This record gives sequence, structure tokens and C-alpha cells, in this order.
Amino acid sequence: MKRYFLDLFIGGKSLVDGLVVTTKALFQPIVTVQYPREEIDITPNFRGHIDLVLDPEKNTFRCIACGMCQRSCPSECIQIEGKKVEGKKKKTLGLFALDFTKCSLCGTCVEVCPTQALEFSKEYNLADFSKEAFHYDILKRLEERII
Amino acid sequence: MRESTIKEHNRFFLNMGPQHPSTHGVLLVVLEMNGEYVLDPQPVLGFVHRMHEKIGESRPCQGFMPNTARMDYVCALPYNHGYVSLIEKKAGIEVPKRAEYIRVITSELNRVASHLLWLGAYLLDLGAFTPILYGFDDREHILDILEDITGSRLTYCYYRFGGVCRDIDDKFVEATRAFIKRLRKRYVIYEKLVTKNIIFIKRAENIGIISPDMAIRYGITGPNLRGSGIAYDIRKNEPYSVYPEFDFEVPVGERGDCLDRYMVRVREMEQSLRIIEQALDNLPDGPVRSKVPKKIKLTPGDCNFAVEAARGELSYYLIGDGTGVPYRLKIRVPSYSNLSCLQELGRGILLPDLVSIMGSFDLVIPEIDR
Repeated sequence: MKRYFLDLFIGGKSLVDGLVVTTKALFQPIVTVQYPREEIDITPNFRGHIDLVLDPEKNTFRCIACGMCQRSCPSECIQIEGKKVEGKKKKTLGLFALDFTKCSLCGTCVEVCPTQALEFSKEYNLADFSKEAFHYDILKRLEERII
Repeated sequence: MRESTIKEHNRFFLNMGPQHPSTHGVLLVVLEMNGEYVLDPQPVLGFVHRMHEKIGESRPCQGFMPNTARMDYVCALPYNHGYVSLIEKKAGIEVPKRAEYIRVITSELNRVASHLLWLGAYLLDLGAFTPILYGFDDREHILDILEDITGSRLTYCYYRFGGVCRDIDDKFVEATRAFIKRLRKRYVIYEKLVTKNIIFIKRAENIGIISPDMAIRYGITGPNLRGSGIAYDIRKNEPYSVYPEFDFEVPVGERGDCLDRYMVRVREMEQSLRIIEQALDNLPDGPVRSKVPKKIKLTPGDCNFAVEAARGELSYYLIGDGTGVPYRLKIRVPSYSNLSCLQELGRGILLPDLVSIMGSFDLVIPEIDR
């Protein structure tokens, strides 16, 4: 009989202790962020999909269309085409397409690039209705930034 | 005679899952029920089978790295760790000491994050909503710390053959130390909110008792095995990486019930923090990545490497044939064996107890199906 009431007391006290914890939390600062209305700054090391680096000196891309990233990509999501430009000996970049639906963000392409022409973008608010919306034209994205 | 027909009449089948909140993913458990009692629970697997092993056999070993994180998304870094260590062992690649330390620190952080998530999810299974908010609050700090150096929040691809892809900085060290301090303060809250809570104790104590004998028979590993009183931890028993240099204990339970499995995980978090602290104190200087040939050749013959993931023993088995592509890659995941004892354990118990048992196993379904 004594044991029964002791258990009742200890059990009841444990519930009150829990309530004390939650009541204390009620008066502590808010830890969540009202997401669509306010956003947290993203870390500079965040790895989004790849982008071409804008060379500040030449005001264009550094890519030499060697195709290392295309070959090293485990998911085969990069497509590169070089084009001939008159007056230049080497090929220049004509197309840089990324199929982001296949990409697993491993970062191999950025690491193998001999001219450090690739970087990770900081975009994370990505949602769309169609697959095609994630077929990025990386070169076009860079050209938009030049202007 | 009449009684038995009534009993027969009460028999029915219940599909728990594949989209049931307490199966933690797409796991289907077909329950043969008699009223509220479970007669025979049968797990049905394979809903998220993505042929990870076959993918590993179809491309050069570098290409499989991102996949390893997608098997167990809650505790991805030990999966990275197991695979890089396997290939390094096979190809004879040296890893700088600093890189190994960084691997241990980040893996242990990831383990704490996994246990915090489990703590919240288990209590959620039992009907308590509040603890998951506290667990996620703490876990968020770990994810922020890891995001800052790995670049992603969940499916990390941070380790590379011969090291890690980015060195840690003072900001990381500071943030980790601050987190350790914070989590130690939070233990008091967890103890008051969960561990001592009478409703939780009644739902977990003496429920789903796995005897040491049964645990060995099913090949259960990790905190589930240690909850049954067997102190088996790959980090201690088959030390890999730089774990022998650290001083930590392997917490064990006594009875092997859900409460013991809970206590083992909670105490394991503290041990992980101890490892991280020691690693941060003794962090050596130097490079974080060694020179690795561009095309790694896998010599003929087999090779095995096991690491302790948050859920138990994770073992990679590889057969090479002289090319860069593995001839065979077998991944032994802990959750699969842990789940296999559910059928024996779940016979003749109440349905809410089955939910409690499954929650205490800490199942991650994509890892089981792979």
C-alpha cells in the first residue's frame, strides 16, 4: 500500500517536472525562423549546383572546354561543347548544360577543373513543376551576370 | 469449442505502413492480429530499393562516393568513412593524421545528430510530441556546424580517398566546443522531460526484451546489442582510423528492453562528445589530403572494412579484378539485421508495444532496402 502511493507520488512529480521544463521554454527566446518572410544567411561554403566562375580580370569565364568535369561526373549530368571562334586557335566554350535532376552535389567537377572555372552557387530555394526547369544552361547564367 | 470460434473470428490482418508515421519510412509490416494483440508481425521490405550495390559495381569507385551518403541519410558520414577506408585499404592509400582526426570528429558529430533525431522520433512514436522539438533544436546546431565545412546538410560527400575535401578552421573548432557545452547543459532537460517521465518508463520498461543469446543469433549490432548487455563496439573491438587514441567507454544495458536501448543511446552521446573533445584537443597540424592517383586500380582479391555507424556495424565487402571498377560490392547494413528479430519479438504482444519496439530499434528504411 505504501509502495503504491510512493509510486503515485514519484510518477506525478515526474510529470510536473516535465511541465516545468516546457513552461520555462515558453519564456525563452524563439529558436525558429518564420521562413518565407525571413531567411537565414547561408554559409559561404554551401554547395548548391555548379556555376561558372566570373573572372574579374577578363570579365568572362575561365573555362577552356577541356571536358574534364564532364568525364569525371559520376552521374553524367554535365554536357559541354566547344566552338570554333575565328581568329582563335583553341576552341572556346559554346555550351555548358547541367542536368540538375541527376546531380548529387559531390563536387568532383569543381575539384578536377584545371583552371578553377567552376564554383558552387548558393541557391537553395529550388522548386518547380517540371523536370526541364532543372536543366540549366550554365553559360547563359554567366552571361546574364556579365551584363 | 465456441470460445475458439470466437477467437478465430477476431483474427484479422492489419497493414502497418508502407506510409505509417511510426515505420520511419516506407516499411510495410503485415500484422496478424487478434483484437489488440499481435500474433505475427511480418516486415515486407524493398519499397525504396535503389540498387546501390549494383551502382557501386557499375562505375569507378570515386563515382560511388555520393551514393554512400544516400543509404543512411540520418548518419551519412560513417557511411562515407567506411567506403573511403575500404578503398584506401584496398589501394594502399596513406591518409594524413589530421584528416583522420577530422573524419572522427565529423563522424561523431553526425552520430550525436542521429541519436538526437532518434530520441525525438522514438518519443513521437510513443505519442509525446514535445521532445522532438528539443531534439531538433540541438540537432540543428550540429547540422549548421557540418554544413559550414561540408557544404551540405544531410547527404554529405565530404570525405575523399586519401583525406577530406576541405580543412576545418577555427570557427568550426569554436562552434563544436560551444555545442558540446550546450548539449551537456541540455542533458538535464532531457532527463526531466523524458528519462524520468513515468509515462515513458511505463511504455519502455520490460517491453521488447532481447536476450543476449537472441541478439547474437540475429546478428544485431550497435546500441541495440549493447542494450542487451554485450559490450561490442567496432570502435573498441576492431579499432579503425584513430579511435585507439581516444579514451571512451562503451555503455551497456542490463535487461535488453526498450528502456535500456534508450539509455545506451543517451549515454553514447556523452561518449561521442568525449571523443570529439579529445580529438579537438590533440588535433595535429598538416595536410588534410594525400596525393592519390587519378585512376585508382583495385587489385584482384577481396577486402572488407567495418565501421561503427550510429545504428551498428556497417561493413563493406569488395572484390577487385584489377580495374578501377569493383567486381563486387556488398554492403552489410545494421538496420537490416536489427529489424530481422521483430517477428520473434513481436509475437503475442500489444500493438502499442510493437510500435515502441520498432521505435527503439532506430530503423532507417532506405538503409535496409538500399
